[in-house]
Amino acid sequence: MPKIKCKKNLKVANNKKTKRMKKDIILAGVGGQGILTIATIIGMAALSEDLQLKQAEVHGMSQRGGDVQSHLRISSDPIASDLIPEGGADLIISVEPMEALRYFNMLNKKSGWLISSINPFKNIKDYPELEDILKEIWKLPRYVTLDADKMAREQGSIRAANIVVLGAASPYLGLKESSLKEAIKTLFGKKGQDLIDLNLKAFDAGKEFSLNSNS
Amino acid sequence: MKKLLLLGDEAIAQGAIDVGLSGVFAYPGTPSTEITEYIRASQEAKDKGIVAEWSANEKTAMETALGMSYAGKKAMVCMKHVGLNVAADAFMNAAITGSHGGLVVVSADDPSMHSSQNEQDSRFFGKFAQIPVLEPSNQQEAYDMTYYSFLLSEKLGTPVLMRITTRLAHSRSGVIRKEILPQNNLSLPSDLKQFVLLPSIARKQYNTLISKQRIFEQESTESGHNHFIEGKDKSMGIIACGISYNYLLENYTQQTIPYPVLKISQYPVEKTLVKKLYDEVESILILEEGYPILEELIRGLLDEGKKIKGRMDGTLPRTGELNPNYVAKALGMNYEEGYDIPKTLKARPPVLCDGCSHWDSYYALNEALEPYSKGRVLSDIGCYTLGALPPLNAINSCVDMGASITMAIGAAEAGLVPAVAVIGDSTFTHSGMTGLLDAVNRKVPITVMLLDNSTTAMTGGQDSPGFGHLESIIKGLGVEEEHIRIIKPLRRHHEENVAIIKEEISYNGVSVVIPRRECVQTLAKRMKLKHAKDKMQKESQSSK
Repeated sequence: MPKIKCKKNLKVANNKKTKRMKKDIILAGVGGQGILTIATIIGMAALSEDLQLKQAEVHGMSQRGGDVQSHLRISSDPIASDLIPEGGADLIISVEPMEALRYFNMLNKKSGWLISSINPFKNIKDYPELEDILKEIWKLPRYVTLDADKMAREQGSIRAANIVVLGAASPYLGLKESSLKEAIKTLFGKKGQDLIDLNLKAFDAGKEFSLNSNS
Repeated sequence: MKKLLLLGDEAIAQGAIDVGLSGVFAYPGTPSTEITEYIRASQEAKDKGIVAEWSANEKTAMETALGMSYAGKKAMVCMKHVGLNVAADAFMNAAITGSHGGLVVVSADDPSMHSSQNEQDSRFFGKFAQIPVLEPSNQQEAYDMTYYSFLLSEKLGTPVLMRITTRLAHSRSGVIRKEILPQNNLSLPSDLKQFVLLPSIARKQYNTLISKQRIFEQESTESGHNHFIEGKDKSMGIIACGISYNYLLENYTQQTIPYPVLKISQYPVEKTLVKKLYDEVESILILEEGYPILEELIRGLLDEGKKIKGRMDGTLPRTGELNPNYVAKALGMNYEEGYDIPKTLKARPPVLCDGCSHWDSYYALNEALEPYSKGRVLSDIGCYTLGALPPLNAINSCVDMGASITMAIGAAEAGLVPAVAVIGDSTFTHSGMTGLLDAVNRKVPITVMLLDNSTTAMTGGQDSPGFGHLESIIKGLGVEEEHIRIIKPLRRHHEENVAIIKEEISYNGVSVVIPRRECVQTLAKRMKLKHAKDKMQKESQSSK
């Protein structure tokens, strides 16, 4: 009997939407790698859960193969700044390992997670050794590093690598898996069922990896 | 009503559509481009017959909008901050003619120069023209204030300047719409000499503008866009302009701000509000995104009053955009820092795309110039400006739209022969044509490399105004036909291209070499669209 009661209470609490939440997310990558797709999916999911949202993007010159980032803030309360304060990011999601380093100063030392692909995008001469980059990431207390390219290829196409990374970040987003998946379906809806399936599988692969690597 | 998720730029666009806009005119420039793009893509705008066009440059756009205002309809003109320099002649004089239909000028500033050559503050231009300036702090305000600006413009018969900065332009948030108003009917000003700025009329009109200044100030307060927020701690008062207000709030998410705050989003600012704050506090902190304009005014030349903190005394950085952390420091607050950025990290500057025609053009130009000493290539603004960086190191200047040709003329006239100008197709029709006419008239020995990728590439591939008739423009300006050379910038044509460029460089007169190949980005977009269309056709055929 007491068990049932407990469940009921939980349901009531959810219905009232009394749950307060705030996630400050830095999305990192190189121009053209699809970080805005990740931002759009998280944004759509957040809106479907009636959360507030601010998302600062980079347009213009840096898009040409330079480093790009997006500040994505979701919260149950009104959000003031379009920019996340330094040391305030709950999450850094990077689709490129060296780009993950660029925002170390943004990460919350007490609770922040870093999720990064380990697949370098080398368009500069002095690109560091991957090993040296990973050494820096692995010093952090909370991280997930994954071979997103390989995992995406296993699901059917390397082009879904960004969605693999999103899947790996999904346990830390504070959003329902179902809202994220609905957003993927909506976003890729026009492009056909094959692409939806590919991206959902890519999402699951990333999520599974993430859960297993930190259990 | 359902919230729309909009960029600051898009919120301005939607606000204009909803208040009854009839036309928007613009030249693309980061961070302003998305305003016009949004209206061009809007089905609602199409259904209403709203004119949304890219102009040859900001000046022609400004004048077109002024013409639409003359004809009684609401018109908007959008540009980046340096675009306002190009439009300045029309802009300054539109302040004197005044408006008839609502006229709103949007200038998007780029503090920290993310995609620009300077960080000039457009509020100065508003002050220079002595017209009202709006500076929204968030996306909802961007919508609301655009809506308001058109109504204000029609109420007071003046153009209104809307100033935003990169962060607001390119950040997305929820926006609630207002009542949708119809467009104006065609009508002419009651005084048909209002727009005739002959000295005698201009003097009268200028006096009218001056007499409105006090009304502009009162409007800033009465609109509610500038307002006072009480605070108990009188040791300091804070003036927060535009988006800097958000950075202030960010530092007090868990508590109310203890200090009195003056939130500023409209100029000119009325003295009484500032005086009220000044009188009740011991010191003032001024937060401005851009130049310390209010700060300079409040300090005055002698700066002998109460202690004032801001960008001028080092409390905040003198240059670049603000952020929550700079403001926290200015408030004397501590914040949890993140991790040190590892030294392993390397810079990743933007580069030309793989397969971009500019690579081949520059490889050929570099080789053709090998016999000469370095430093002979004056260039311009566009993707090809990236040719300044390694490995190309191909160009020696980038100043303003069109300056390549005219600077090459000056350098050649100083004795730097050969001198080469490198300019893109869209930049050429924006501001390069008149310079080329100078060169032809004076027979200055320069070679213009007109890199034709048939689009305005850097800002995302907008139409290039000279598309399809560049040669006839150049011929019409007087360049001899045999010295207009079209080449194909491809690796397999390299030797031939080098030879042609060498020939034209050695010609003692004006020559134009046009490397012509479509931008790889627009090509990819076009192909994608074509595939989608083909697929749709096939599907509809098979279903028959």
